Amino acid sequence: MAAKISPDSVWVLGAHMTRFARYPDLDLIDLASESAMGALADGEVTVGDVDVLACGSLFQASGGIGQRIQKQIGQTGVPVYNVANACATGATAIRTVMMAIRSGEAEIGLAVGAEKMGKMGLLGGGATKKGKKVFEPSGRYGAVTGVDGYLGTETMPGVFAQAGMAYAHDHDGVGFEQFARVAYKNHLHSTLNPLAQYQKEFSMGEIMESPMMSYPNTLLMCCPTGDGAAAVVLVSGERLASMPSHVQKRAVKVSASVLTSDPFTDNCQVQPDVNTLTRNAAAQAYEAAGVGAEDLDLVELHDCFATAELIHYDNLGLCEQGGAGEFIDSGGPFRDGATPVNVSGGLISKGHPIGATGVANVYEVTTHLRGEAGDRQVEGATVGLAHVIGLGSACGVHILEKAAA
Amino acid sequence: MTPAQVPLVDYLHLEPEPHLVAHECGHCGARFFDRRNACARCGRADFGAAAVDGAGELRAFSIVHRAAPGIPVPFVSAIVRTDDGTWVRSNVVNCDPTPESVKLGMRLRLATYAIGTDDDGTEAVAFGYEPA
Repeated sequence: MAAKISPDSVWVLGAHMTRFARYPDLDLIDLASESAMGALADGEVTVGDVDVLACGSLFQASGGIGQRIQKQIGQTGVPVYNVANACATGATAIRTVMMAIRSGEAEIGLAVGAEKMGKMGLLGGGATKKGKKVFEPSGRYGAVTGVDGYLGTETMPGVFAQAGMAYAHDHDGVGFEQFARVAYKNHLHSTLNPLAQYQKEFSMGEIMESPMMSYPNTLLMCCPTGDGAAAVVLVSGERLASMPSHVQKRAVKVSASVLTSDPFTDNCQVQPDVNTLTRNAAAQAYEAAGVGAEDLDLVELHDCFATAELIHYDNLGLCEQGGAGEFIDSGGPFRDGATPVNVSGGLISKGHPIGATGVANVYEVTTHLRGEAGDRQVEGATVGLAHVIGLGSACGVHILEKAAA
Repeated sequence: MTPAQVPLVDYLHLEPEPHLVAHECGHCGARFFDRRNACARCGRADFGAAAVDGAGELRAFSIVHRAAPGIPVPFVSAIVRTDDGTWVRSNVVNCDPTPESVKLGMRLRLATYAIGTDDDGTEAVAFGYEPA
C-alpha cells in the first residue's frame, strides 16, 4: 500500500528530532530551534515558506515558546499557537497545523515539540498545606489535609500501575512478568537507536529486581525525565504536487490525525480511564485512513510505564480482545514480531521530554516509512501508527503512509 | 477526654457508623464525591445524597514504594468497586503491602483510622478498605 498525492491530503515534508538526553548547557529554545531548522532543511523549505507555527511544551507553554523560536530562526509574522495538552502536547501541536492546512488557511506549517525537564524525578502527588496545622475542610472534596498517600496515590507510576492492574483483573495471563517483558523489549530495541536517551539492554531479572517504584512498575519499567525536541513540517497535497519528485518521494502521507478526550465512564472519577479515549481515537483513525490494525508495519505508542504499553496493545487493536498478555509473551510487539511496537525504544528507554514526545513518535514512524531508519529500520514498512496519551486526558493518534514510488 | 474528630474528606461521614456519601445524579444515577456543577455523564444538575455500601471488591491496586516527601511508604493504593457499583479510590489497610497478600478481586470492607491531630487538638480520620 502506498499513497498518491491528492490535493486535499496532508503530508509530512520534513522531520527532525534531537537525541533525547540531558543538556545542561542548552536551553529549551536551543533544542526547539535545532529541531525546527532540522525539519525545514529536511523538507527542503525555509522559514519563509511556513504559513503557521504550532509549538508544544507542557511546562513552558505559557512562556511564548513559539515566538521565542521565531526570534532565533525567523520572525516572519505568521500565526503562532502555543499549546499544552499533558503528554499529548506534541500530538496537539501537529493536529493544530493539520487543521490549519485542511481549513485552507495554510499550505505549509511547522509543528515543534520541546521540553526541558532535567532530573525532575517522580511526577505527580504530594501537595500538602503549609503554615499552622489546622484541619479545616477545603477544596472540591472538603479535605482537611493532602490526601495523596491516604486515599490512593497521585504519582504517575502508581496511577498507570493501577491502569495495568485493572486490565490484569479483567483478563487472564497478565501479571508482573508480562509487564516486565514490555520493558525488556523496549530497552532491547533502544540499543539500535542512537537518538535514545538510554541504549542499554537489561535482562528480565535486572528489570524485575530493579528498585520498586509502584508495584508492578519497577524503576526500569518507568520512563525517565529528560530534555529534547522534535519537529515536523507538514504540507498540503496541492503544494506538494508542485514540488520536485525527489521531495515527493520522501514525503509521508498523514492518513489520519485524531485527537480525543476521555468520555464519562463509571470509574473515571477515581481512576483516569486511559482506555476508552484511546479506543475511540484508534477507531476514528482506522476509519479515516481506511486501514486496519493488521495493516500496520510499526507502531509507536505511549509506554510512559510498562503497564501502560500492555493495555494499549488491546486498545489499539494490535491483539485479540483481552489478549495483551499472550501478545507480549508470544513476541508479537518485538521488532521481528507480528506488529513491531516501539522499535525506537519507546518512552521507557528513548525518553519522554513531554512536549517533544508526540512529535518524536511521528518522526520515528516517518523515518521508517522513508526507509531511512538505519540499524533499527523495519524493512519494507509502508504504514505506521503513532499514539500518545496525556493524563486528564487527551489522546492523539496519527496514521502515516509511505508515498507511492 | 476524646478529642474532637473531623473526617479527612467531606464525603466520609463518621456518624452513626462510618460510611461514604456520594452526590448522586437524580437523572442518570451517576455518583460523584467532589463538589459538583453538573453531572459529567448527562449534564443535568439535580443531585441527591446517596449512602455508599461499605463492602466491595479490589479492582486494581499498586503497592507504592516511592512517593512525595512526608508520605509514608509502602502503602497499597486501591481502586475499589463497592457492592452497589460505586467506584472509590483509597488504600488497602490492615494488610501486608506485598503482592503475596494483596490480591485482585479480594473482598474488602470500609475501615477508618486516625491520621493525626492538628494544633487545636482536632483529630483527622481517614478511611481505607481492609480485607473482609
